[in-house]
Amino acid sequence: MPLSRLSSPFLSGTSRVTLHMLQLLLALVPAVIAIVYFFGPSVLITMTLAIVTALLAEALMLKLRDRPLKPFLTDGSAIVTAVLLAIALPPLAPWWLTVVGIVFAIVFAKHIYGGLGYNPFNPAMVAYVLLLISFPLEMTTWLPIAALSENPLDFSGALQAIFNGQLVSGLGFDTISGATPLDAMKTQIGLLQHPSSISQQPLFGLFAGKGWEWINIWFALGGAYLIYRRVISWHIPVALLLALISISLMTWLIAPETTASPLFHLLSGGTMLGAFFIATDPVTAATTVKGRIVFGAGVGLLTYIIRVWGGYPDGIAFAVLIMNMLVPLIDYYTQPKVYGA
Amino acid sequence: MTKPLGSFPGGLVLDGQKKRSTYDAIRKTPLSKKLILPLQQHIGAASTPIVGIGDKVLKGQKIARADGHVSVYLHAPSSGTITAIDEQPIPHPSGLSAQCITLETDGEDRWIDLADTVDFTSLSEHDIRQKIREAGIVGLGGAGFPSFIKLNPGVHHTVETLIINGVECEPYITCDDMIMRERADGILDGIEVMRYALRVNNCVIVIEDNKPEAISAMELALGRRQTKLQNTTVVVIPTRYPTGSEKQLIQVVTGKQVPSQGLPIDIGIVCHNVGTSYAIGRAITHGEPLISRIVTVTGTDVKHAGNFETLFGTPMHELLSFCDTHREPNEPFILGGPMMGYNLSGDHLPITKTANCILVGVDNAAPKTDPLPCIRCGECATACPVSLLPQQLYWYSRSKDLEKTQQYNLMDCIECGCCSYVCPSKIPLVHYFRFAKTETMNQRVETQKSDNARIRHDNRLERQEAEKKDKEKRQRQRKLALAASKAAKQKAEAEKAAANQTQSDNQEQ
Repeated sequence: MPLSRLSSPFLSGTSRVTLHMLQLLLALVPAVIAIVYFFGPSVLITMTLAIVTALLAEALMLKLRDRPLKPFLTDGSAIVTAVLLAIALPPLAPWWLTVVGIVFAIVFAKHIYGGLGYNPFNPAMVAYVLLLISFPLEMTTWLPIAALSENPLDFSGALQAIFNGQLVSGLGFDTISGATPLDAMKTQIGLLQHPSSISQQPLFGLFAGKGWEWINIWFALGGAYLIYRRVISWHIPVALLLALISISLMTWLIAPETTASPLFHLLSGGTMLGAFFIATDPVTAATTVKGRIVFGAGVGLLTYIIRVWGGYPDGIAFAVLIMNMLVPLIDYYTQPKVYGA
Repeated sequence: MTKPLGSFPGGLVLDGQKKRSTYDAIRKTPLSKKLILPLQQHIGAASTPIVGIGDKVLKGQKIARADGHVSVYLHAPSSGTITAIDEQPIPHPSGLSAQCITLETDGEDRWIDLADTVDFTSLSEHDIRQKIREAGIVGLGGAGFPSFIKLNPGVHHTVETLIINGVECEPYITCDDMIMRERADGILDGIEVMRYALRVNNCVIVIEDNKPEAISAMELALGRRQTKLQNTTVVVIPTRYPTGSEKQLIQVVTGKQVPSQGLPIDIGIVCHNVGTSYAIGRAITHGEPLISRIVTVTGTDVKHAGNFETLFGTPMHELLSFCDTHREPNEPFILGGPMMGYNLSGDHLPITKTANCILVGVDNAAPKTDPLPCIRCGECATACPVSLLPQQLYWYSRSKDLEKTQQYNLMDCIECGCCSYVCPSKIPLVHYFRFAKTETMNQRVETQKSDNARIRHDNRLERQEAEKKDKEKRQRQRKLALAASKAAKQKAEAEKAAANQTQSDNQEQ
């Protein structure tokens, strides 16, 4: 008889790890549709490739570690890692980039530490950072939405691009690829341009990057659904976003000519994906209520610092990993007051 | 009716499943041919038998006396003959046996002459406590702590509020619900006695809002006694598990917290269960000892669920077959509720004073699959009514890092099971905590033992040292005395010799 039947409680709630993971994937659907709308179907190909690679890597590691396959392949965690990384990778990322990233995420960031529940760092972010440092060119090659709207990429075109490294029209990547809005904002502020004139360029939309702003809004709505379904608690995303708003508002009010608006930061890059889907990864985030607020606020502040003063255009991945390191400390010092103490 | 003043963090809203066992009124379980009465049905020391094998006893006759302070008397639940005093299996999670008195009933169910009832206000508080002790009354909510002790606040405490616990927050159990519906007056009798014994003015009867019949029955009965029971009110609280747990109940009703490792009396509160109150009422106003209790028999595999007034010692399988239960012989069942009860197997286990519910089959049972690893989601911490961090405790309990479990306040865990219930990985957290608690207790006992041994050893060394010194001293003294006497002797001899010399000199002269 399993332990759970040996002693009380004999009842069990409906919460399941797999259900959590499925809800999370469900909440990503609208934003993924938005990505397909703005950047073409390539994200779906990358995602499929990532999922297959992740499951194979997971199975291999389980086999090597002599763990049962079924419960861990069906828990959904490998799929979530794969989907999150696929979303974070640039469209038309070459197939080997995805494979290298996923294998590193599953093998090194997850299983070397003991598999599900034991990894101190978010696997998708570890892989993202590895790729970003090792393959900076491929990782920053984003297709400009303007070029795509003139020359939309179909499914077979995307397939060709990912697996053969060629665009159908025969054009090379470098001719049509460009910086992300975050990147553009950063470099051009560095060139002493005013943020309000930068955001007049075709790369930008109403509040932030064209397309990006809508993708971020859909991520935020998906995140709200997760909070509503109690898959994640509100503490980390709210603390993260509030911290990001506070610091960006402060610098924006002090020096509007050299900083982007809080709204731009909220709706750019990986803000919403990070706030609702990455920083909230239960395994690697702080666990106490107060700790989650500290953790979220830390990610928000670090993201801003890295974006504005660091060497990389976006800072979510680094911010999450740095805060992951601090989790044991945060958890230790934010224990709740026990009844009667 | 007054409003609760506080609430506690966490907790669960569970499917009560109470209606299963409240269709019928309380029924009496048929008299069993053989009653098995464990000598320990309470917290504290086991009672000592005062009857022998072959003795004929009457219903309500004392058959075992209290042994030491934390102990109570035990009575024959029916008339008959004592046939054995030996080890029998008892309803305990360990499955171990313990000393029991076996009574073969004669079917006459003849009562002993009960003492004439007197007006309890003519008795002293001490006499009332003694009577309650001699009536064998223990907490009937499940813990089984001797009730007379909880009615003795001591000289250092004044009791501000008496809380009567009619919460019954565990799913399936309805024995308190039914006793409130049907025997509200008896409960109030007990409250009158307890208010007198504790010299307490305020009393609240707390009931969850999922028991409207019990609430109106209690209020109706209370309304009839307004002059006698002033400042006694019914407090209706929201249905949330584990409000029935003493500490959480106090927090909900008064907004105060019992200090860690402390007792409710430390903040001027005494809690008693409604069933206990009824038993106290019967004992003091009718002179009846505690020989039966109301047992809920329910569960998805029980055809005729209900509540049964059952004599102690009645074998559980008789009660189960009386309720038409689908169950293989010796198939395990749960004693108590589905959240805090324990698994038992064995058909001949007797009903004891703390057996509030027999549960066969539950909906939403814990899964049979192995648990997944902890994903640190923190749902357990959100559900914990004591604000512990179950996942940290789990981590340290698993690695047997007992010191760390203490730092994370393991001993404050009330084992309510909320954490295990909400865990998405289906980890039996409470199982680990019980293990770590037991290990800690063992360790404390061991430390105590080794401390004692060390102190004894130190004392022995000290004693030996003292003896040695003493011996040396005495030796020295003896030596000195010897030397002195020798010197004196020599001196005397010398003097003698000198005297002789003088004498001979004189003679010569």
